[in-house]
Amino acid sequence: MAKLKLPVPPVPPQLKPLPKRPGKVYGPQTPIEHAGEAAATAVGWIDERTSLSGGARWMMFRKVPKGTNWFYTLGSATMFSFLSQAVTGVFLAMYYVPSSTRAYESIRTINNDVFLGEFVHGMHKWGSSMMVILIFLHMGRTFFFGAYKYPRELNWVIGVALLILTMTMSFTGYLLPFDQRSYWASIVGVNINGTGPLVGPYLSDFLRAGPNFGATTLSRFYAIHMLLVPGAIAALMGFHLFLVARLGTTAPPWVRAKSSEQLREEKVSS
Amino acid sequence: MNKQQKEQYLREYGQLKSQGKPFFPYAVAKDGAMAVLVMAIIITMSIVLGAELGPKADATTTTYTPRPEWYFFFLFELLRVIKPPALVPLATIGIPTICMILLFLLPFYDRNPERRPERRPIATTAGILTIAAMGFLTYLGASAGPPSEIDVPVPANVSAQGQMAVANFKAGQAVVAQSGCGGCHKFGENGNDGPGPELTEIGRRLPAAAIARTLVNPTAPMPSYQGLQKSNPKQFDEMVYFLSSLK
Repeated sequence: MAKLKLPVPPVPPQLKPLPKRPGKVYGPQTPIEHAGEAAATAVGWIDERTSLSGGARWMMFRKVPKGTNWFYTLGSATMFSFLSQAVTGVFLAMYYVPSSTRAYESIRTINNDVFLGEFVHGMHKWGSSMMVILIFLHMGRTFFFGAYKYPRELNWVIGVALLILTMTMSFTGYLLPFDQRSYWASIVGVNINGTGPLVGPYLSDFLRAGPNFGATTLSRFYAIHMLLVPGAIAALMGFHLFLVARLGTTAPPWVRAKSSEQLREEKVSS
Repeated sequence: MNKQQKEQYLREYGQLKSQGKPFFPYAVAKDGAMAVLVMAIIITMSIVLGAELGPKADATTTTYTPRPEWYFFFLFELLRVIKPPALVPLATIGIPTICMILLFLLPFYDRNPERRPERRPIATTAGILTIAAMGFLTYLGASAGPPSEIDVPVPANVSAQGQMAVANFKAGQAVVAQSGCGGCHKFGENGNDGPGPELTEIGRRLPAAAIARTLVNPTAPMPSYQGLQKSNPKQFDEMVYFLSSLK
């Protein structure tokens, strides 16, 4: 197999390394210089044993097509908001108690007593709206640019699954503060699920952990919200991203490649 | 897409890609700027809007408003827009399920090789209509009136029964208003028209016993009032009295 040629990142001329001079000894000499090389040595040690640098180069130095614009940042922004949700969620989980008798008090403790508690809670709450908006914008971009067409059909399907999982996240997360609004909205939501065809009644029984909305319902919602669905989202997002890098991001549909003649003219004139 | 179209696309795409720029640092810089913007918006919203907590959940209470998160409004409003009871299952799960399946299978039935939005009139129109419909339903959901306000004139047959009956009627009206029934039901001028049936003249259609049965054992998605019946039977009876005298 031919060795994959990777594009070299463009570096301004003044930052390019100087050519080697004959007669001069290169490399670290004194122990201090050796210590300065420690990071590079450590990276080199790991890379010698994992060959990860090839993958990183494949990911980072792949080319994005001509015409890539700000619309193409919506996907990574969605991923970023998911990461923000994950980090703030971990901190909330340190104080939250998933018990129907103590959940509400634990959220009140987070809001009133914990350092920056209400701020992190607010970030998690509004971050969910942000993520839903971004996922819809990203989806709209994909739809109107026809980016779901060959060869990226599978990535569209994964994206729809990610949308449904994100909606599941906000549905299960809504109950967790256990105030009036979230409690009754969740009851109505589960009841709506129950009217669905075939799996509906089973789905709502599963969500409620029984025929009635009870004490175990909250811990079930909690487990779904912070273990099951985030794991699935992270795995699918990884695969989604791998396919993006593998197939390449699309160009805006109105952008056309320059013909070889145009390219030659540019070269001559410059 | 047939084989020739596929190859043509891949060739064209290969050219575009070779004329493009490396992901790092060009795309990464844009993504990074966008991430900073997203973070700034989230932090600003958290500081400005906070994370207020409502009153604690109480299964036996009567004061609540089942309002979902705003981005579920379009699903919730679908229930309101679709009136006939026979079609309600269609609105609750039927239409969302069909939309989900259509969304999943989009690349498999849209086999048009053209990608420019202006040259795919059907797909582009369908997309814009879907967004407009979702936006409209979300707007309807956001502007739905407060469900806790009910003011119905005392019917003649109640006032004829004397002071006790009127007080009972008023008490029942207060319980119904607090319970947020108006979120899904219409009472004369108040409440929302749907997803639940209009209750302005419910007493003419159902006797008191049937109303009580429905409150305890309702059709989904309405929540059950069994908790209230057990914890506060007086309020429950007032509620039934109020509803059954709406004629």
